[in-house]
Amino acid sequence: MQRALLALPSLLLVTVLVFTIVHLIPGDPAQILAGDMATPQAVADLRAQWGLDRPLPIQYVAYLRNLAAGDLGRSIATRNPVTREIGDRFPTTLGLAASGILVAAILGLGAGVLAASKPFSGWDYGSMVLALTGVSTPVFWSGLILILVFSVWLGWLPSGGTGSLRHMVLPAFSLGLFDAGVIARQSRAGLLEVLEQDYIRTARAKGLAEHLVVVRHAFKNAVIPVVTVIGMQFGRMLGGAVLVESVFSLPGIGRLLVTAISQRDYPVIQGICLLLAASFVIINLAVDIAYGYLDPRIRQ
Amino acid sequence: MKLIGLLRRNPALRRLLMHRAGVIGLLLIAALTLLALAAPLLSPYSPDAIDLSIMLAPPSATHWFGTDPVGRDIFSRCLWGARISLIIGLVSVSMGSLLGLPAGAISAFVGGWPDRLVMRLVDILLAFPPILLAIIAIAVFGPGLTNAMIAIGISQTPVYARLMRSSVLKVRAESYVEAARSLGIPEWRVLAYHVMPNAISPIIVQASLSLASAILSAAYLGFLGLGAQPPTPEWGSMLSKGRDFLRSAPHASIFPGLFIMVTVLSFNLLGDGLTNALDPKRTRR
Repeated sequence: MQRALLALPSLLLVTVLVFTIVHLIPGDPAQILAGDMATPQAVADLRAQWGLDRPLPIQYVAYLRNLAAGDLGRSIATRNPVTREIGDRFPTTLGLAASGILVAAILGLGAGVLAASKPFSGWDYGSMVLALTGVSTPVFWSGLILILVFSVWLGWLPSGGTGSLRHMVLPAFSLGLFDAGVIARQSRAGLLEVLEQDYIRTARAKGLAEHLVVVRHAFKNAVIPVVTVIGMQFGRMLGGAVLVESVFSLPGIGRLLVTAISQRDYPVIQGICLLLAASFVIINLAVDIAYGYLDPRIRQ
Repeated sequence: MKLIGLLRRNPALRRLLMHRAGVIGLLLIAALTLLALAAPLLSPYSPDAIDLSIMLAPPSATHWFGTDPVGRDIFSRCLWGARISLIIGLVSVSMGSLLGLPAGAISAFVGGWPDRLVMRLVDILLAFPPILLAIIAIAVFGPGLTNAMIAIGISQTPVYARLMRSSVLKVRAESYVEAARSLGIPEWRVLAYHVMPNAISPIIVQASLSLASAILSAAYLGFLGLGAQPPTPEWGSMLSKGRDFLRSAPHASIFPGLFIMVTVLSFNLLGDGLTNALDPKRTRR
């Protein structure tokens, strides 16, 4: 509960940061909206209409007041409510990131445990070569290669769009393969370190089967840094989704953000940044809580 | 003789040179650096020479990697691209670690409200996925190479701070740190000589990954049109230009992507070698 309360000032600071950063972006949204041919008067009218002529602190207070009422404003470009613009697209991005982290966690933890439980064997080398290749491959490139192989050459899966689970397979793997490599490397490193500890030697000495030593004794301690990594990766995936959405033509908030930046659509940029930042603060909170649960020494 | 003397004096370097993956990484990086430096001599064509009569020509004896949508030689552009990627990686990682590591270590060691304050700030920065932070920074500073380096450097800082903090927290609980304290050694000395050296090994894994990821981020920004601007031969933007022709001319996307992958892979391999070299408890392989 205390930790959850601590997240509140973070969120407030996020709003200040988002508000400030967004207004540092060069370019006048009123000018962009009005077009190059608009008269200075028309631009000034538009600026007044959107409240862009008021001092920044006043704009911020108005923004916070509206935010508290669940109103993120209207998109300057489409005039639609920002909540609707984002609401229509966020499920796609969230679904993409969730399926990506699922692919990453399953493949990554599996490969990491396999490698660490048989160190310096063929399994270890094989898993780590695959993990290294995973973390070295740009998500947009693996996406393009997956499209080339499974869509263009084999014709098994669609190359883009939404509508069914089949549409999510290539994007999820494209996102997840990279992070699987990160998770595999971290979990192997963590497990190998833990496996050298005295209590593991004790567990082995009392005749416990090796797989029980790894799963029951080593894994829980080794997984602590991995939880941080998975938490961080999930947030990172929301960012990686920008690229994957672009490769697979998915209507997510990543593409919306890139478009909004090019159109200087302040309310939409603010809304997306706030949503992503809030999601991430919540994920970090969950990671912190999981930390304390996994390692009581840190809980205090 | 000098080399033997150096190896004798420096066991970490010796361990690095006996680590197979580390040596492969080192050799690949050396080769890439050489290619980057010698790009003007090795490129068969100018990286900017447009020839519309050979648009998207497939790989051949005259154009080893084929040509791009405006007939430029992809091989020459890949060689020139090595310069850009290596510089972006080095500059931005130096920036990120110089800012992040001290912040994380001091925060964990001091504890209390300074720790909470630093971690809240880190939380806020971490609240933005690195690539988004970089994209937003680019939106503020404007697209371009230098701004991409600054943006990527900023985006890496919180990860270092957070990881360093968790690593120091773990090491601080070790009995040898308690022993050092009970001997009356000043706090800063405990941090500098007992905690930091033991907390740094997981950071090296991260550093190797983040050097690689900085190069990836640069490619991402290039891919989205926010990094190096045309006609700069940057791998990410080359890939982006080629993807519209994935079906008819996959080579335009495949080769720049391969260069990114091999470069990132080589830094990851070197990182493994360094981890092994700096942590003698690990078995050689």
